[in-house]
Amino acid sequence: MSKEQEMYYSDEHEWVLMETDTTALIGITKFASDNLGDIVFIELPESRSAVTQFEQFGEIESVKAVTELYSPVSGNITHINESAVQNPEILSDSPYEEGWLIKVELKDKSELENLMDLQGYESFLESGKD
Amino acid sequence: MNMNKIPNEYHIKKQNLIRKLLMDRSQPGKIGAHTPESDVPKQQQLPSQYLRDELPLPEVSENEIVRYFSQLSQFNFSIDHNFYPLGSCAMKYNPKINDEIASLPGLSEIHPLQPEESVQGALKIIFELQGFLAEITGLHSTSLAPMAGAEAELAGMLITRSFHQNNGDNHKTKILITDSAHGTNPASAVMAGFDVISIPSDQNGNTDLEALRSAINDDLAGLMITQPSTLGLFDTNIIEICKTVKDAGGVLYGDGANLNALLGRIKPGDLGFDIFHSNLHKTFTQPHGGGGPGAGAIMVSEKFSQYLPSPIVRHSANIQSENNYSLTSPENSIGKMGGFHGNFGALVRAYSYIKTLGKQGINQISLDAVINANYIKSHLQEYYDLPIKRTCMHEVVFSASNFKKLNGIKAIDIAKRLIDYGIHPPTMYFPLIIDEALMIEPTETESKETLDYFISTMIQIAGEAKANPDILRNAPHNTPNSRLDEALAARKPNLRWKKK
Amino acid sequence: MDTKKFISRYTPNTSIQKNEMLKKIPGVTTVEDLFADLPSNLINPQLNLPNALSELELKNEILATSNLNDTPGEFSSFLGAGSYRQFIPSIVRQITSRSEFMTSYTPYQPEISQGTLQAHYEFQSMICQLTNMEIANSGMYDGASSMAEAALMSARITKKKRIAVLKTVSPSCIDVLKTFLEATEIEIDLINNSTSLNPDTACIILQQPSFLGNLEDLERFSNLAKKNDSLLVVSVDPISLGIIKPPGDYGADIVVGEGQSLGISTTFGGPYVGIFACKEKFIRQMPGRIVGQTLDTEGKTGYVLTMQTREQHIRREKATSNICTSVGLIALGTTVYLAALGKSGLKQIANLCYEKAHYAANMIDSIPGYTVVNNGLFFREFVIKCPIPPKEVNLLLIKNKIIGGLDISSDVENGMLICFTEMNSKKEIDNLIDSLKNIQAT
Repeated sequence: MSKEQEMYYSDEHEWVLMETDTTALIGITKFASDNLGDIVFIELPESRSAVTQFEQFGEIESVKAVTELYSPVSGNITHINESAVQNPEILSDSPYEEGWLIKVELKDKSELENLMDLQGYESFLESGKD
Repeated sequence: MNMNKIPNEYHIKKQNLIRKLLMDRSQPGKIGAHTPESDVPKQQQLPSQYLRDELPLPEVSENEIVRYFSQLSQFNFSIDHNFYPLGSCAMKYNPKINDEIASLPGLSEIHPLQPEESVQGALKIIFELQGFLAEITGLHSTSLAPMAGAEAELAGMLITRSFHQNNGDNHKTKILITDSAHGTNPASAVMAGFDVISIPSDQNGNTDLEALRSAINDDLAGLMITQPSTLGLFDTNIIEICKTVKDAGGVLYGDGANLNALLGRIKPGDLGFDIFHSNLHKTFTQPHGGGGPGAGAIMVSEKFSQYLPSPIVRHSANIQSENNYSLTSPENSIGKMGGFHGNFGALVRAYSYIKTLGKQGINQISLDAVINANYIKSHLQEYYDLPIKRTCMHEVVFSASNFKKLNGIKAIDIAKRLIDYGIHPPTMYFPLIIDEALMIEPTETESKETLDYFISTMIQIAGEAKANPDILRNAPHNTPNSRLDEALAARKPNLRWKKK
Repeated sequence: MDTKKFISRYTPNTSIQKNEMLKKIPGVTTVEDLFADLPSNLINPQLNLPNALSELELKNEILATSNLNDTPGEFSSFLGAGSYRQFIPSIVRQITSRSEFMTSYTPYQPEISQGTLQAHYEFQSMICQLTNMEIANSGMYDGASSMAEAALMSARITKKKRIAVLKTVSPSCIDVLKTFLEATEIEIDLINNSTSLNPDTACIILQQPSFLGNLEDLERFSNLAKKNDSLLVVSVDPISLGIIKPPGDYGADIVVGEGQSLGISTTFGGPYVGIFACKEKFIRQMPGRIVGQTLDTEGKTGYVLTMQTREQHIRREKATSNICTSVGLIALGTTVYLAALGKSGLKQIANLCYEKAHYAANMIDSIPGYTVVNNGLFFREFVIKCPIPPKEVNLLLIKNKIIGGLDISSDVENGMLICFTEMNSKKEIDNLIDSLKNIQAT
């Protein structure tokens, strides 16, 4: 299964990839990074900060827009992707791999049920196109 | 034999010579201005701990500075040189008499804090301009204190706030703003402590009355609306909007950026506006100056006069005394918005403009402006997508979405290609509710010849967009810089000269 | 002038041409048809404005109006208090009058605005150099609104809810602060030298030199701010920075001030230019337009408006400020001024102001009935206590074609705030002294 097929998706265009049973990587989808255009700045909270599902945890800035980042899960941040912060272009080039944003120790795995799978996300994108 | 081409490296050398920064030209000992020797006895100096070590400003000679800035100026487009069909900006001709008058020493050398009896001429000008603008907008009183349109909007929002608080209505915290509004509208409302609710437009480009009604609650403070709208259309729901908002106890604020379309045709006060602002650098020809200065006049109906920003000029009834004009603060003024009395230099120009045209000339502006815009619309509507097919007012909004669907050509590509034809791009991507928007406002000061050139150019570019889209994507081709890397500028900000 | 058939000299199209144009607009026969959307009962109202004037008539009329004013130049002027009569090199007006600068638009299209953009980059650079700060924007409306924006910015950064303002800051700046902060939850604490700070203080704001001309102890306030985790905001008199230590040397977080004295006429109060500079780490919180250097597709250096996502046209209600049109041409004037005066010239101007003010202070202090109130160090403004109310002093001075200092008797008994610049010759100053000698209590 490709990485994207394993992922869960929020309607704010964030993805979740379970690394272990309790930790997950979080990033933005290609749809989001394409829409933003040239990404110039990423604002993330500090490591060990808490995040709550569907609440804002940061911002992404492109030349023409600023978008809020909403966490798709609740938990504690264990790692920040410093490379992405230093070189935000990574999010456009590799949104699902090198472009991960934060690693989170999940608080409640059942929250994943509130998210979509790849098929669900793709349908969601389709319906938005009308 | 083609004698035109100079070796490539000389293009670069020439650019580097012209564009060398002041600190890079600087050489120790060069003088740009002479100052006199002190003519008073030497005084005791400040203790050394207060004195700065060195002053790292450039040392360049006077003529180098003149050449540098003169050459830089050639890189600019400007109204005196180019047509600017910039929607919502009213880029009309800036009359030179206004500049001459603004430079009179009696108007430019006076100090804002001089005793009032020594500046009666200046106060007279402000007073009369207050009156002209109240008359034009059909409202009761004016303040000329705000230093730009956005400041006037902030003033309008603070007036709304004071009004409600004075009436004990502290719970009125919501401002409704049309979704086509200029960004300064919600920004100003928020600065005044309000929450913003966006009201959509209907498919005719009017404010959606149903959406408006359902957004109204007990907490309605007011509505901000631009008339005509940023779609260049007269919102025909305006009477109903005014009534609905006022019946609900809200204050009606009008953004006067598009006043050029209404001058002499209709008075905003008659439509029901409580507060209305005008950008003097738009409708009243204060030059845009490469980003200012402007001035924002704010006009209000009588019951809001007491809240106007300070100062305003009053005229006493005592005809005997010569000293009739004075600066005062309205009794419940929202306060001062700037250090002094507003942008007097801009006020003088607006005054001079209105006096030049008088009631006869002011009356005609919107006729010419609206004919010009509709003339353009009629010719271009078969080449560019026209989302809302109504008679426009002083500006028309096209969409480049038909090109986007065809081969990905966007509004920005069309805009940049216009530069090659010597025309400043129209306003792009605004209003936000139109995809790939191109907002075109010719103003009344453009000749038919210029409009015909513009029209034929737009048609030409529409053709190029289909046949040779790359020529648009790589435009502009003949400017000192080609398209610039804005992402790089934001990722690695370089905002000032630094020693290498 | 025959105003019945008025033809504007600013609208080129004749009736014949307009009729041709109308024919090309489908569904429309007369120009009135184009206004069919407007409520018919309200259309074409009476406009009670004066009749149009030819240029000749207008000039005569406005010249007469301007002659009602007492103009510094014909009169000696000793007024300061935030607006200053300074020497303006001839090239400043020459360059700012160029139509390429004056009639150009905000540089949103960088390819055709490199003149404006590069000039503003130079402005930002020189403001940084003058204040010894890391970054600056391309100007705000004026010094007072810059200060207000600095207060709002400090609150955003620190998330604290109070600002401390020294009582020695200009009263009109304090008024503007109040206007801008009125609708926020931010409270203003007016403090004097000996007050300690509330821990919830976002910033300390002080003015250097103070409104009454004194040099403040920036070292002390810098330490106080640091200890309290508050930002230090300093409002400068840019001419004074020709000789005195800039706020950057004291670790100021934000520097604001009125840039008018750098090459701009007093113009009865505006348009001016607000200086705004800060530490680089605050870049995303800084309001106003910012110009940045970058490269084009051919690798050539050029300039663009940058960090636009903070601004109203993108962020709308979440913008750092609602500012849109700013002070482009004024900033250009200041840029040319700083280039012309340069490293040695600005220092000389500052020295001239200092020397003349101190000469005058010594002379005035010796006049019986007059006292110089400042007991510390001052730059080019100071307070004198007059034998009679300053309003009356000024009425008498004006008979000698002298515009006296600012009446501040509401703060200091019979107090006048008086200012000296390089524009006041020794002869003028001596004339002032002689006139004051003759104005005594009866």
